[in-house]
Amino acid sequence: MQEISLNILDIAQNSIAAAASLVLVSVTETGDRMAVTIEDNGRGMTKEQAKSVTDPFYTTRTTRKVGLGVPFFKMAAEMTGGSFSISSQPGVGTVVSAEFITSHIDCMPLGNINETILSLVTTNPQIDFLYRLTVDGKSFVMDTREFRRVLQEVPLNAPEVTQFIREYLDENSREIRA
Amino acid sequence: MKSLAELQAIRDRVKGSVIIRKEDDSNTRVVVGMATCGIAAGARPVLNAFTEEVAKRNLHNVTVAQTGCIGICQYEPVVEVYVPGKEKVTYVKMTAEKVARVVVDHLVNGNPVMEYTIGAYAK
Repeated sequence: MQEISLNILDIAQNSIAAAASLVLVSVTETGDRMAVTIEDNGRGMTKEQAKSVTDPFYTTRTTRKVGLGVPFFKMAAEMTGGSFSISSQPGVGTVVSAEFITSHIDCMPLGNINETILSLVTTNPQIDFLYRLTVDGKSFVMDTREFRRVLQEVPLNAPEVTQFIREYLDENSREIRA
Repeated sequence: MKSLAELQAIRDRVKGSVIIRKEDDSNTRVVVGMATCGIAAGARPVLNAFTEEVAKRNLHNVTVAQTGCIGICQYEPVVEVYVPGKEKVTYVKMTAEKVARVVVDHLVNGNPVMEYTIGAYAK
């Protein structure tokens, strides 16, 4: 993966596979620290499973014998001198957290996080996503539940809505980075 | 500034139309592989290119979705197109640049782009 935002997209797929109805993605930048969290209310894992998940040779899929998503994310964070943690509870959900030290030469860029969020929302219109971006104290939130309240029967992946969400993310991100 | 009021206006504009996309079996499905292999190979721009092209052309009978590992990781990004009544078409090594042609030739005009399919690659 060349961008942290691609890792985020990848980890969020696990939340979707775990049948989550709500996925929270938060990115918090403070100075040279970037904290990334992906939290879901999916089926969760036992303590043993949560420990195994960082092993690249552990996977629940049947097409291959490796599961690299979580190990990659962990490696990306630890390579920068940062940290990684995963906690889960069966029937409750899972939280994947990582901290990156962005001044480290081996830290990959966050990349196009808006494209990641847009991809998640438009291909999973039945799942709610909450995205929070905080940059040095200024933050904005995108909550699909709010959008749904306004849209009612119009789906989140209707073309006009997709365009709105894209612009919403771009405008708000620019504002807080200004 | 993007606001919920604007979203409300979109809803008012769209809700009356009978062509709101339905998630039913009569839709053409474009399924993009989004496992770690796919994402690392560049599936995200392919997915977004499809979403944009479909939106641009107002193709309300097309659903763009994602899937996990399809099992042919060396060929990622992989896109499977399911047109109701027709055989599945598997596009491999897709890029955002190739998407427009697939949307026009295959989704709009019904002619799969044979040179992008797995048949053309797996010799």
